[in-house]
Amino acid sequence: MATKKMAIIATKGTLDMAYPPLILASTAAALGWDVQVFFTFYGLQLLRKELDGIKISPLANPAMPMPVPMPVFVQILPGMESMATMMMKDKMKKKGVASLEELRSLCLEAEVKFIACQMTVDLFEFQKNEFIDGIEYGGAATFMKFAGETDVCLFI
Amino acid sequence: MNFDKEFDASGLACPLPIVKTKKALSDMSAGQVLRVVATDPGSVADMAAFAEQTGNQLLEQSTQDKKFVFFLKKA
Repeated sequence: MATKKMAIIATKGTLDMAYPPLILASTAAALGWDVQVFFTFYGLQLLRKELDGIKISPLANPAMPMPVPMPVFVQILPGMESMATMMMKDKMKKKGVASLEELRSLCLEAEVKFIACQMTVDLFEFQKNEFIDGIEYGGAATFMKFAGETDVCLFI
Repeated sequence: MNFDKEFDASGLACPLPIVKTKKALSDMSAGQVLRVVATDPGSVADMAAFAEQTGNQLLEQSTQDKKFVFFLKKA
């Protein structure tokens, strides 16, 4: 049986949206799939050495379950984003959900290839030393080369 | 059932039981049996899907005291 392949475009940099690409990439790699993740725009946050900047906000996120209902004018107060992030991370830890750092390490260990979009790296003026080691840099054509051969291709 | 190695995935949520089962299998030889214990209810369907896709045979799956126990034979 030929090795299956999956390509993911990770475009989001919030805590909730950071999970799906890393969960699917690590799982597919565990199933023996050949996996590449292309990080662009806010998805680049997932490649930074420190992932502390990845947060979740109840603002404009009405589906987010909250312990107590919170009116929008409270959600905009300073510190609410950090508090929501802290509460979410705490809940995740209690439920045995892996941290983003752990999932990312599992991906790299399983030889998932991470590609940073060169255009958005330049756009946001990120320095390569802000990112983890072992990643590659490329553009749309680099992504399409692999994406064209895949069994599963996702935009997240 | 006899087994050669055990991995306790209790308390871990998706995708860790599967990803770490794969890691636990990596230093085993073909034909050896791995016993996995998990508490994630999703692991029942996931372990079967993992076995089917990787060729590692799921010899037995049972539920004991709210824990899910799997025996996998390494391909």
